[in-house]
Amino acid sequence: MCTIACQTKAREMAGKRVKVSDVMEEIEKDNIFYDESGGGVTFSGGEPFMQPVFLQNLLEACNERRIRTAVETCGFVNSETLLNSGRYADLYLYDLKVVDNETHRRFTGVSNEVILKNLRQLSHVHDHVIVRFPVIPGVNDDDANVFRLGEFVSSLGSVKEIDVLPYHELGIEKYKRLGMVNRMPEVEPPSTSKTGAIVEKLEGFGLRVKVGG
Amino acid sequence: MNERLGKLRQQSLDTKPRISVERAELMTEFYEHSSEPASPIKRALAFKHLMENKAIYVGDGELIVGERGPAPKATPTYPELCCHSLKDLQILNDRKKISFAVDDQTRKVYEDRIIPFWRGRTIRDRIFSEMSEEWKAAYEAGIYTEFMEQRAPGHTVLDDKIYRKGFLDFKVDIENAKQKLDYHNDPDAYRKQKELEAMSICCDAIIRFAQRHSEKAREMAQHETNPRRREELERIAEVCSYVPEHAPRDFWEALQAYWFVHLGVITELNTWDSFCPGHLDQHLFPFYKRGLEDRTLTRDKAKELLECLWVKFNNQPAPPKVGVTAEESATYTDFANINIGGLRQDGSDGVNELSYLILDVIDEMRLVQPSSNIQLSKKSPDRFLKRACEIIREGWGQPSIFNADLIVEELVHQGKAVEDARSGGISGCVETGCFGKEAYILTGYLNLPKILEITLNNGVDPRTGKKIGSTTGDPAGFKPFDELFDAFTKQLKHFVDIKVRGSNIIERLFAEQMPAPFLSTLIDDCIVKGRDYNDGGPRYNTTYIMPVGIGTLTDSLAAIKRHVFDEKRLSMEQLLKTLEKNFEGHELIRQMLWNKTPKYGNDDDYADEWLKAAFDSLYRVISGRKNTKGGFYAVNYLSTTCHIYFGSVVGATPDGRHAYEPVSEGVSPVQGADTHGPTAVIKSVAKMDQVRAGGTLLNQKFSPSLLEGELGIDNLAHLVRSYFKLDGHHVQMNVVTAETLRAAQANPEKYRDLIVRVAGYSDYFCDLGKTLQDEIIARTEHKSF
Repeated sequence: MCTIACQTKAREMAGKRVKVSDVMEEIEKDNIFYDESGGGVTFSGGEPFMQPVFLQNLLEACNERRIRTAVETCGFVNSETLLNSGRYADLYLYDLKVVDNETHRRFTGVSNEVILKNLRQLSHVHDHVIVRFPVIPGVNDDDANVFRLGEFVSSLGSVKEIDVLPYHELGIEKYKRLGMVNRMPEVEPPSTSKTGAIVEKLEGFGLRVKVGG
Repeated sequence: MNERLGKLRQQSLDTKPRISVERAELMTEFYEHSSEPASPIKRALAFKHLMENKAIYVGDGELIVGERGPAPKATPTYPELCCHSLKDLQILNDRKKISFAVDDQTRKVYEDRIIPFWRGRTIRDRIFSEMSEEWKAAYEAGIYTEFMEQRAPGHTVLDDKIYRKGFLDFKVDIENAKQKLDYHNDPDAYRKQKELEAMSICCDAIIRFAQRHSEKAREMAQHETNPRRREELERIAEVCSYVPEHAPRDFWEALQAYWFVHLGVITELNTWDSFCPGHLDQHLFPFYKRGLEDRTLTRDKAKELLECLWVKFNNQPAPPKVGVTAEESATYTDFANINIGGLRQDGSDGVNELSYLILDVIDEMRLVQPSSNIQLSKKSPDRFLKRACEIIREGWGQPSIFNADLIVEELVHQGKAVEDARSGGISGCVETGCFGKEAYILTGYLNLPKILEITLNNGVDPRTGKKIGSTTGDPAGFKPFDELFDAFTKQLKHFVDIKVRGSNIIERLFAEQMPAPFLSTLIDDCIVKGRDYNDGGPRYNTTYIMPVGIGTLTDSLAAIKRHVFDEKRLSMEQLLKTLEKNFEGHELIRQMLWNKTPKYGNDDDYADEWLKAAFDSLYRVISGRKNTKGGFYAVNYLSTTCHIYFGSVVGATPDGRHAYEPVSEGVSPVQGADTHGPTAVIKSVAKMDQVRAGGTLLNQKFSPSLLEGELGIDNLAHLVRSYFKLDGHHVQMNVVTAETLRAAQANPEKYRDLIVRVAGYSDYFCDLGKTLQDEIIARTEHKSF
């Protein structure tokens, strides 16, 4: 393969095949840091539930070794798989972009029905879910969406926290490298005051809101 | 900071260092007329001559007074140690970095008087004439440096005794020791008597020095028209008439007493590196508390006085260095390093209110001198660590962070009493010692990549073709890899033998010809033993050798093992040819060595195993050898700016490094080789059994954005605590982007204030040589934890 031949590391494989034991070995290298900081492992993506069995095995293995786990998900996943994982994951970071179904469909190509339903069900069986709200100017930063999002999340009862994630431009360079087209070149990161206003609105629903995270 | 400090600080920053001929002239005058034969007495009288005759400076607005030279930044020379030639003076004046202005008058005095008297009679001359040919050959090849060739053995730190006793009390102690001399049974009794007499003369000298400041201040008060300043001058006069003759009674007197002692030590000899008050927060706390209680002191007043002391440190550039010494330590910094927090002698937490006040002072003053560090123990509160992290986040490299618990363990491992260990700490960059009780002398850096290069050339230095090492065999015949490592260890022992033999001679030269009776009054048990600081008087006597480039060495060993032995993609002959040609025409091989080798700093045992092996070899070869003062040799991993000099004498290395580029610094991974984040670096470094070193130096560079907010501080604090749980000794941070550094390189005039962490100290980026600037830019910048 060209990545092996290339001594300059100009080309690198972006991924590799690994076994559960390989990942666990890597995870356990940082035990001392989890102990010290109260932290643990976050399974992220893409979408970790795209490999449900592998994820489940890793969560179980971590659980067995008393390593705290968090799973980051977009929620557009099989409900049963998601709920089953709840026995082993300590925390969910659950992406919620748009509450209005039509708008959601327009920007993501799919309905958000499953996402909302999954979040509601997850909140019934798991008491530590943080909703992550990526704020993309012109897409989901309008008052109506923010209001409905606050309303929905606060109605869940057990979910108390929202992380507001302002849009950033770190992906632009990556698009270029992967030969992809940036389909929203005109979007700029939201201003601090705009972000602040959103935080305030969400706090109005009695939620703990943090920027970043 | 208030208006007074704003002014004093600015003056200190704006004043350019210059050479003052005052000390050289007084010293020459004394030696020309002195017929005193006994060396401690002669040195004591020379000290007295300086203290009685040097110009007294009391600056406008100052509260803490006294300068080493006749004015701030007027830097003395020490012709009895190293007599600069006219050419040296020209170089000092003209060089672009770390220059010292030399005026015509100074040049003339040097030409007419200083040089004719001292040429051939200095300690430097004697050292070079006493060293063997093989010592000189290795020195010239850049295998090691020699700290004593332009400076004197210093490297010690004060404990709390000057806050409990005045010099009149020390004189009583000296007298008692004299009374106890046993002329019937102790063959050294007479020698001890002379040493004690010398100490006593020094006590009188420092008292007189303080009184002269008192007289000067009183005289200035009489002519002062501003009533507030007049009152201050009168107070200064009173303080200086009382300390350090007597033990200080309040906070102000305590600071002034320290400063006089500091000036005495750094005027007596060029002790460089490190003399400092040590645990200043612990020492001053009783005065602080009492002052607040009886309302003679406020927090603000204490802060102002501390800041006045900070300016004093900054007013004293390290005495001028030339030649190799200038390359290994290219900085104005003289390495006074204030220890904050830590443990008390009884093992309890040493952090107090003053610790926080001193952190505020550091934050506000932003001076490269004095340097500062926090001593973090598992008992230290998180608030203390986080306050320090906040200052670190500002990006100018202070304070650095030390593991107080490990330091105790290191000292106990070296055979010291646990109470002495707890009142110890670090000085200079990262050097461990028992404050007030130990002489821990750095003798020189040791160039590990160079020793590997010589191993790969069977004892020959490929740069000169000269055979300076021992014959360890043609590397092409080494099989398995362990044979190569054994050959390296043999070469290491060969050079350490040469170095130690030289250092033992140099120790005797200082013990016999250049004693330090003033410093001896301050360090236990010189008085009780009647022996000089330079002659085994202290309770503990450690001689350090400092290996440099362990990262480059480790990666080079890992590269040879992988590509020549394990995967056999390259024969040893091919590798050596490629190195000889500095990879010219072999860029692909270089890329393979650089990119396709597991590297130290990534928590990968393939590489880290050789780090451990090298560390163990160094320990075995160096530690525990006897020095001439009843103590032992030990290892200590710092590099100051020596990794630049050492790199400049080493050809291409098997890790893919080009010839003459810097080698790795401290125990940090090779610049840019650590790609798995700061946690992996820490895991790798912690594989060294640091208890067995007398200090290790780890640099980390962070993107400012990574440390934003409370979370950033929390994460940094957790990282530090984790490293210390793993028995790490020290970590220091640069919080600056490569972008900023490049901009500063391109437009230095816009970045005059930019301070960065070098290796154990902070310095102005624009004062650094280009190679060192590039090296700091090349360090991995962590963008996530």
